[in-house]
Amino acid sequence: MPSDIITQLKQSNLSGRGGAGFSTALKWEIFKATPSNLKYIVCNASEGDPQLSKDGYILKHHLKDVIHGMKIALNCFPGSRAYFYLKNDYYKKYSGQIKKLTENLPIALFKKPSDYLAGEETAILEAIEGKKPEPRPKPPYPSEKGIFEKPTLINNVETFYFVSQIAKNQYYNERFYCLSGDIKNKGVFKLKDKLTIREILKETKNLPQYEFFVQSGGTLGEFLLENEIDQPVSGLGSIVVYDKRITNPVLLAQKILKFVIYQNCDKCTPCREGTYRLSEEFLKKKFDKNILTDLFSVLEDTTLCPLGMIAGSSISSLYFKLINGKNNLKNK
Amino acid sequence: MAKITLKINNIKIETDSGKTIAQVAKENGIYIPLLCSHPDLKIKPNCRVCSVEIRNQKRLTPACSTIATDGMEILTASPRVKKARKTNLELIFAQHKEECSDCVWLSNCQLLKLAEENKATINRFNDRKTDYPIYSFNGVIEFDSSKCIDCRNCVEVCKNQGVGYLEVYKRGHEMKILPTEKKHIDCIYCGQCINHCPAGAFEAIGEFETIERPLQEKDKIVVAQFAPSIRTSIGEEFDIEYGKVVTGKIVSALKKLGFDYVFDTSVCADFTTTEESKEVIERIESGKKLPILTSCCPSWVRYIEYYYPEFIPNLTTVRSPQEILGGLIKTYWAKEQKINSKKIRVVSIMPCTAKKFEISRSELSVKGMPSVDCVLTTRELARLLKKHKINFDKLKPQNIDNIFGEPSGAGVIYGASGGVMESAFRTTYEKLTKTKLEKIEFESIRGLKETKEAELAIGDQSSRIAVINGLGNAKNFIEKLKSNPDKKYTCVEVMACRGGCIGGGGQPLPVSDEIRLARANGLYEIDDKTEIRRAHENPIVKKIYSEFLDKNKHLAHSILHTNYHGQKRGKVTKISNY
Repeated sequence: MPSDIITQLKQSNLSGRGGAGFSTALKWEIFKATPSNLKYIVCNASEGDPQLSKDGYILKHHLKDVIHGMKIALNCFPGSRAYFYLKNDYYKKYSGQIKKLTENLPIALFKKPSDYLAGEETAILEAIEGKKPEPRPKPPYPSEKGIFEKPTLINNVETFYFVSQIAKNQYYNERFYCLSGDIKNKGVFKLKDKLTIREILKETKNLPQYEFFVQSGGTLGEFLLENEIDQPVSGLGSIVVYDKRITNPVLLAQKILKFVIYQNCDKCTPCREGTYRLSEEFLKKKFDKNILTDLFSVLEDTTLCPLGMIAGSSISSLYFKLINGKNNLKNK
Repeated sequence: MAKITLKINNIKIETDSGKTIAQVAKENGIYIPLLCSHPDLKIKPNCRVCSVEIRNQKRLTPACSTIATDGMEILTASPRVKKARKTNLELIFAQHKEECSDCVWLSNCQLLKLAEENKATINRFNDRKTDYPIYSFNGVIEFDSSKCIDCRNCVEVCKNQGVGYLEVYKRGHEMKILPTEKKHIDCIYCGQCINHCPAGAFEAIGEFETIERPLQEKDKIVVAQFAPSIRTSIGEEFDIEYGKVVTGKIVSALKKLGFDYVFDTSVCADFTTTEESKEVIERIESGKKLPILTSCCPSWVRYIEYYYPEFIPNLTTVRSPQEILGGLIKTYWAKEQKINSKKIRVVSIMPCTAKKFEISRSELSVKGMPSVDCVLTTRELARLLKKHKINFDKLKPQNIDNIFGEPSGAGVIYGASGGVMESAFRTTYEKLTKTKLEKIEFESIRGLKETKEAELAIGDQSSRIAVINGLGNAKNFIEKLKSNPDKKYTCVEVMACRGGCIGGGGQPLPVSDEIRLARANGLYEIDDKTEIRRAHENPIVKKIYSEFLDKNKHLAHSILHTNYHGQKRGKVTKISNY
């Protein structure tokens, strides 16, 4: 019963799977309440984070369900049209199938520009409007003012998949996890939501016997030591396991920062300049702790979009847990 | 409107809903620093200098873009805010090469002020852009990319001007602002990028390396003329209140610097009006080449020549006031004074960067000489005075030299948007109807409204006129004209800069609508107080026409008129920064 879907979403406690974890029911409710005779729905399959592959997995195995989820949304919101927003490889692989499956539906395909940030929800709005994909300041939120000022609902592929499962009464509080790094059983796993990292590693037979640390929540996720993994994955559903014996955390910081300094949108000072100066600092022989702390805090506190914020907290966790005070670390 | 109550720094404030935190703070006398914000432009929140702390919010929030809501508790100077502000300023300075002595902001640099207020160490990080190049836009405007702080105000204002010459390239730390490579787009030298850059990365050619040059030719007679709008703007450079009329001080200042004679360009605005009015009447009678487009603004002329050459015939062929005055100085005046015109150097003090380009146009010469030899912007004159330690505010006003000393009120209001049209209307009306206008103020075309239209009854004829300020608005107007040719206009005045010349690209910084209005009001005050307020009634105009211009028709034409042609794209020269 599509008209009741919001109630069903509420009961299921589904939260968005794009990283922010906002309540899907609440998002849909706000979107529904915003008056407009034209509304847009976007299924986000941009999956730009190098540590993620679950959107691709879902497209490969559950495409019909994803489209079913989008259909439910189209029915739920009168006057709505949808975009299937895909990164280039997914576009190449699945656009044919999607076109067939969405015939006669108001669903258009949109190929994501190559920029990493073009997957951020407000940058998606810019991209679809034909502009340079850069984040917009929030508020206004896309559900109030999105594509061409019209209310826009953006949900991740995984979210639409689970909307479909919920409508079919087949939702069992699950989510998809991507596991990679120095482990044997890499890949995408559908497991219970809110499992702790330790439980996930155990269940997938990946809990290392050696000294290790993990990064969870994507390339810019937080680094956690062995004694910190009794907590659920936050943000993006990824876990990367690092063998502490063979991993140089300084090189790891450099690698992440290199990614950020090329992929940030350059709009706001703390992100554009702050990440650049961080990367400069991590190439030095001796790190200036005052500079690092100041940079971490402007990133976490003042960037325009979440990218700079999570970049700051990610590198900060890496630095304080694995670099600071560890004299035996060499730069290169 | 709904009322909200909030607290800023523990002070309880009641206000209307819908305002940003920065607005509420300002209205209540609470200081929040702003850097990338410019009142003419959209709020971007890019620089993050205005970040404030809101109770129960995890992160800091930019005050410029965040709407204040009921119950907010805001701290604008908590230790956390101050620290973030300091670091962000240090990061901004890390991409800005300082060259303060040669900067258009000199004494009122917002960056330095903020650095001092927040005890930021401006060299905490190495300047990462030191070797970024300087781009010269056809030798008129210069962009020193080693000073750019990536705020993008220039990109926005250039787009608002209907030009879009400046573009953002690449992203992340590799992001750069560059002149476009698109062949159909070219700079029109309006200089609004200069006025909107908080970091002084843009300047007009000559600012300020060559300002001494015009006075160094010892064997020459150096004559200065100054534009209408200068008299209510240059005072700002010396902390004189906005809009204050300082005409007499400008004369003393120029004399003190060593100019041999000082004339008022406004006098030749009266010539422009008189001549243009003849053209208007001719075209109304023949019904050809209408609407007639004004041509005093060199950015607008270049815009038409480059982007809409099909409208070139519509431009009035009458020269701009500075060119007419230059021409008259080198012919009529030289003859009267028995001076060899080759020994005269005419230097114009202009509110405008495009005037620097205008004087290089070969079709504006007189007897093989350029009418004007050099243009200094308002800012350049101010800098020259400061360099020579001339205390402008203390100068005793002097009269402008004969014979180009007394403009009509109509000549002075040329400096504000609508002024050219108002002057032309006063003259044309009276010439066509042979009756005196009862009310000569034409309020509906004054002010900052982007496009001002009016229907005029002149005798039994009715004509529609439009006054436009801001080139982007002119572009929209031209497009509408093209798509709807049935809507007939007789005259259209266009000034490239917002507010007209009082908001020109060569004017003192900063600028805002409040400042523009004050400058314009100063000009209208002069008009109100002047006895002669119609260009054609100016005795100087009458005298020179009857004694000189009417007797030398051919020469008169070459002093008063010009021609136009399609423009080639200007060259961009990349100059290395060491």
